[in-house]
Amino acid sequence: MLRINNLVKSYDGEQRRRSRTARAEPDRVYAVNDVTFDVADGELFTLLGPSGCGKTTTLRSIAGLERPDSGTIEVGGRVLFAGRGPGKEPGKGPGRPVNVPANERGLGMVFQSYAIWPHMTVFDNVAFPLQVRRRATRPGKKEINQKVMQVLATMELADLAGRQATKLSGGQQQRLALARALVIEPPLLLLDEPLSNLDAKLRESLRYELKRLQRELGITSVYVTHDQTEALVLSTSIAVMRGGNVVQLGRPREIYENPNSRFVAEFIGTSNFISGVVEAKDGSSYSIRTDDGPLVLDASSDIPVGGEVVVSIRPEAVEVGLTSRAGEVPNEWTGKVLTRAFLGEAVDHVVTVGRHEIRARGNPSVSIAADTEVYVRLDPAKLALVPVD
Amino acid sequence: MTTVAPPVVPVTEPVAAGPRRRWWPSPKLVIIVAVAGVIGYLALVPLYYLIWGTFFDDHGFTLGGFARAYNDSQIGSLIGNSVWFAGGSAVLSLSVGTVLAYLNVRTDVPFKALFFAASIIPLVIPGILYTIAWIFLASPDIGLLNKAVEPIVGEGFFNVFSIWGMIWVEGLHLSPIVFLLMVAAFRSMDPSLEESAFMCGATRLQVFRLVTIPLIRPAIVAAVLIMAVRGLESFEVPALLGLQDGTYVFTSRIYFVLRTYPPDLAAAGALALGLLVLAMIGVAVSNIAGRSGKSFQTVTGKGFRPRPMELGRWRPIVGAGILLYFFFTVVAPLCVLLYTSLLKFYQPPSLEAFRSMTLDNYQELMHLSQAMTALKNSLFLGIASATIVMAGMAVAAWVVVRSRIPGRQLIDQFAFVPLVIPGLVLGLALSFVYLRSPIPIYGTIFILLIAYCTRYMPYGMRYAVTSMHQISAELEESAHVSGASWWQSFRRVLLPLLSPGLLAGWIYILVVSFRELSSSILLYSPGNEVLSILIFEQYENGQFTVLSALGVVMVLTLVVLVTVAYKLGAKVGLKQD
Repeated sequence: MLRINNLVKSYDGEQRRRSRTARAEPDRVYAVNDVTFDVADGELFTLLGPSGCGKTTTLRSIAGLERPDSGTIEVGGRVLFAGRGPGKEPGKGPGRPVNVPANERGLGMVFQSYAIWPHMTVFDNVAFPLQVRRRATRPGKKEINQKVMQVLATMELADLAGRQATKLSGGQQQRLALARALVIEPPLLLLDEPLSNLDAKLRESLRYELKRLQRELGITSVYVTHDQTEALVLSTSIAVMRGGNVVQLGRPREIYENPNSRFVAEFIGTSNFISGVVEAKDGSSYSIRTDDGPLVLDASSDIPVGGEVVVSIRPEAVEVGLTSRAGEVPNEWTGKVLTRAFLGEAVDHVVTVGRHEIRARGNPSVSIAADTEVYVRLDPAKLALVPVD
Repeated sequence: MTTVAPPVVPVTEPVAAGPRRRWWPSPKLVIIVAVAGVIGYLALVPLYYLIWGTFFDDHGFTLGGFARAYNDSQIGSLIGNSVWFAGGSAVLSLSVGTVLAYLNVRTDVPFKALFFAASIIPLVIPGILYTIAWIFLASPDIGLLNKAVEPIVGEGFFNVFSIWGMIWVEGLHLSPIVFLLMVAAFRSMDPSLEESAFMCGATRLQVFRLVTIPLIRPAIVAAVLIMAVRGLESFEVPALLGLQDGTYVFTSRIYFVLRTYPPDLAAAGALALGLLVLAMIGVAVSNIAGRSGKSFQTVTGKGFRPRPMELGRWRPIVGAGILLYFFFTVVAPLCVLLYTSLLKFYQPPSLEAFRSMTLDNYQELMHLSQAMTALKNSLFLGIASATIVMAGMAVAAWVVVRSRIPGRQLIDQFAFVPLVIPGLVLGLALSFVYLRSPIPIYGTIFILLIAYCTRYMPYGMRYAVTSMHQISAELEESAHVSGASWWQSFRRVLLPLLSPGLLAGWIYILVVSFRELSSSILLYSPGNEVLSILIFEQYENGQFTVLSALGVVMVLTLVVLVTVAYKLGAKVGLKQD
């Protein structure tokens, strides 16, 4: 559906504005540096990363609001952007550069602020994309009316059609922004952090609302966020970005359970990191030697014996107990509780093991006071190996 | 602006006749190039001609103009007077305006409603009327105030025709502007900074001296320089008050040089360049001072509602001072105009004078064709220049704020150039341009229109850029993604959202254009007088009573305009919420 190849977008560095010759200069800032991904029909694809990672620039390049330096952007087989440059696939011929302007791309977009026009009613906001079409393709008044009311009904806004757009609640504004983006039935919907301006409670409920709508309408979407929980809840696929590159691409569960780098493990959820060396390996089960003792674990990564690794341990993979179960389960270490925190649905313990502090998250029924000697057990199935940075 | 040669729009013919489409400039490009061209033309061409006309005569390069203008025994006193007058009126307006602002924002001073009534007087009483009113009040021969104190201190105690009189009138007329600037500054200052100083044990005076003043200093520096530049540019006060006893400043000297026959344009140009340099020094200093002031992060744009300080037993005394200020700045000048407008001939108030009051002067106005023409011209110029400027600046502001066109900052800077050009200098420069230009607009009302558009371009730009900044870029981008072309999103999304700001700017320009005198005085021709020119002419002819009637009419017109402006502003503001 959406195909992005070798997308590059750079800006002039600070205070150094030169004409086209500046491209080769070292002080160019690469907001997006060689990004490639495909989005299948009906998917909700999330670009996830910290601020400045290039996710918004990528999205705006798809929308046509930024002009990339090179690469190609195709939606449903239609080339929206093709630059000349190094990213050209051989065999496709030289090809002329293409850059369809944003207003001719026919995509739907929901902005971070929703960008609802305050001087128009709810109806006018939604009707706008139809009204500004070229005369030849513009539907008649009746048809516009019917289409707008239909999409407003889907979004449960039909009763509010005549209302001034500024007099809507946060959730209604979001649905209005969606209605406006969807009224032209775009092949692709772009969402730029649409939940980031809302308070925590509303954000959570709208997350599910958005997911339901996207799945029901089956519309292919690209979603940009820096909120990892949002990404995990909503997405069918996630691309984690950093410094203009996609560092990991996969299903939400894959990315959470098998981060391929320390960065991804840290960015998606919290993680304990313990470095060690691979001592033995049998298929996917590894034995690791660490400073605090041996670890056994299952991991899909492929690291040779003797290789240095970092073990990523999710807090919920750590069990804290007052009695030893050595012999029954592997990976039991001893330590001392440094501090604990009651979070409502869980209790966090920070346990000192050797030189490390390990964070454990468990059932609130287990709560152990500071300075108590405890046993720490690490679930082999939930440990992941990431390469040393 | 049909008289301005439209900038050349590059319409290129395709070189190779191939299958490629014939290239037409998009409407976006045409509009942007046109607006940028007009701005550059308005800002730069007069300056170029001014310099050229000063340094070149029929025989080539010459410094003759400079020699004639500056090789004069009085030149020292000219520069001295200019600086003294500008500095003095700046200091006066600053001290009065700052104290009033502090009292209004931070204390429980009585008569707060009067402050804002007093603060709009520079808008509703044009400088020319204000100066004339003060002549009626404090001239040594006929001044009402002099008559009032004559039994005690003798004749001619107050003399408005002196450098002190000039400073007094200019300073009072400028003080409301300082008041508005300083109110904004005091409002945006976090009062907890002062409160914490109190908690540390400082007295009210210590807090004022050690905390308030240092924090507010950037605003004070900015205000003093703005006022000094305004004082340098001021034409009405020096022309009416200074010429009588030969106290020349730059502006009145330029006017004097041009009034002698034959007018020495090169010498006037040399003086104008000197004034321009002085004004630019002021602006440059204020920019530097403003930049260093930005380090005060505590003075933010956030609004605070501080608890007002109680004046206690000083309250009645301060209240009396406020009433006195209000009397001197508003009541006395307006009353003296009204009083004079009802007399058959000017005389000090007496029972006899009150008995002889008539409305004859107003009737005469109705029959004075010149007055009707002047009113019509003022309205035409106000509406036309406001409309042209705001329409052009809306596009220019888009280019500056939103587009990524290289060199867009240049448009911004060009649009601000006229701010440092004193009105008289601009008038002189434009007459240089259109005396030579083949376009036959010298001596028509259109040369005034060009002058007004140029002078008010910076204000229009400021209004348009400010409102453009308030509109999130996403609103426009979402229109673009929704399929709207540049023109569609500009017209259907940006313009409606900008309209409150554009309307405010439009009304402001309309109002200030009514008081314009210093450019018009060099550019008008018989039949093209505006109201302020007519008043100036009548003053020179000694028609004090008719002039006063015209002044009253003018003030009433401006009161109506300003009221409508405030009402409209409030209405539009409500709809925004």
